[in-house]
Amino acid sequence: MKIAIPVNDKSMDKGVCPSFGRAPYFLVYDTETKKGDFIDNGAASSQGGAGIKAAQLIVDNGADALITPRCGENAASVIKTGQVRIYRSIEGSIQENIYALQDGRLSVLDEIQAGFHNHGGR
Amino acid sequence: MKIAVLSGKGGTGKTFISVNMAAAKGKARYIDCDVEEPNGYLFFKPQEVFSREVTVKIPIVDESMCDGCRICIDFCKFNALALIGNKIRVFEEICHSCGGCLLVCPQKAIREKEKVIGRVEQGLSEGVQVVTGILNIGEASGVPIIDYISNIQWDPMELTFIDCPPGSECIVMESIKDADYCILVAEPTLFGVHNLNMVCELVNLFNKPYGVVINKYLDDQNPAEEFCFEKGIDIIGRIPFDKELGAMNSEGFIVARESDKYRQIFLNLINNVVQGVHHEAAINSQR
Ligand code: SF4
Ligand code: SF4
Repeated sequence: MKIAIPVNDKSMDKGVCPSFGRAPYFLVYDTETKKGDFIDNGAASSQGGAGIKAAQLIVDNGADALITPRCGENAASVIKTGQVRIYRSIEGSIQENIYALQDGRLSVLDEIQAGFHNHGGR
Repeated sequence: MKIAVLSGKGGTGKTFISVNMAAAKGKARYIDCDVEEPNGYLFFKPQEVFSREVTVKIPIVDESMCDGCRICIDFCKFNALALIGNKIRVFEEICHSCGGCLLVCPQKAIREKEKVIGRVEQGLSEGVQVVTGILNIGEASGVPIIDYISNIQWDPMELTFIDCPPGSECIVMESIKDADYCILVAEPTLFGVHNLNMVCELVNLFNKPYGVVINKYLDDQNPAEEFCFEKGIDIIGRIPFDKELGAMNSEGFIVARESDKYRQIFLNLINNVVQGVHHEAAINSQR
């Protein structure tokens, strides 16, 4: 299984980035090979629709699960159509979040935030 | 002459001032460009309302022609497109109708359809022609509505008042681009100064003559007034803090129509603006 997580630093000991679309990197971790890749989030600096672009990146990297504290409406719809399950992150490091997911201790993220459409006019 | 009324945030009295100036004038046009939350019509209660729909063009992708090359996705700087399971998905509320994806698609798989994003209403309230731009909830941008309003062939009118959206985003620029004069509405507080500074920078970009109206004016400490003195900005009016006036306004009355005392305040304001514009014209002709 491949797990994607938004992160601020390229380190397994750090926590999960509070933002999804604007996270600087994503960790894509393969539970079979136990290897992780940190990929740049090209969407982080985009003007609008960052969530959609970031979601596209997650789907394109073949993730099966996404661990994130929050996720916008549009991003969630891309991710779900791409057959990726979304889990709510917990306090603690990225590594701890991965263990928690494997142990079945993470809950599915069910509240999806409506987008901030009004910021679109720039 | 077109007079734009703006402020750095909502709730400073922008609508109050533009509505009452138009009403004090008697025969005028009032255009509400605060398309996300237009509320001038609540005061004017216009009659004989006539409405026109505003549409934008949204891409649709012909799946049988699309080969999934992603060129359109990479092109769209608003990230309104995504490719999921070999299908392009268009996020209509994010799309800004630039038409670019249509041009770059090598397969010619993209067409456009019309989508209604809001409407423009117009009606009459005594002598005032009331024009209201209304953006449907959830839409990306109200700019097409403002564009639509400025492209309508309006009958000539001596004075037009434009009630602008709050803030300093591009929709505000769109609203003031045709204006001859800008009125910046400020509250006398420190927070008011911060907002005022923001809109000053904006109107300076456009090189428009402008002046400040201080709303809810109190005689004691007044950071907004000090700010104007420091920067050499004209203060063209001070609307006194007045409980009766505030109460009438919050009940939806147009105070300039209710009492001569209040009407006079707004007529003075109009005079100051007209003088400001003429003054500016005189300076420019000397250059
Ligand atoms: S029309 Fe412009 S904004 Fe809309 S999807 Fe195409 S490229 Fe993006
Ligand atoms: S550019 Fe055209 S062919 Fe390529 S993915 Fe977009 S719609 Fe499909």
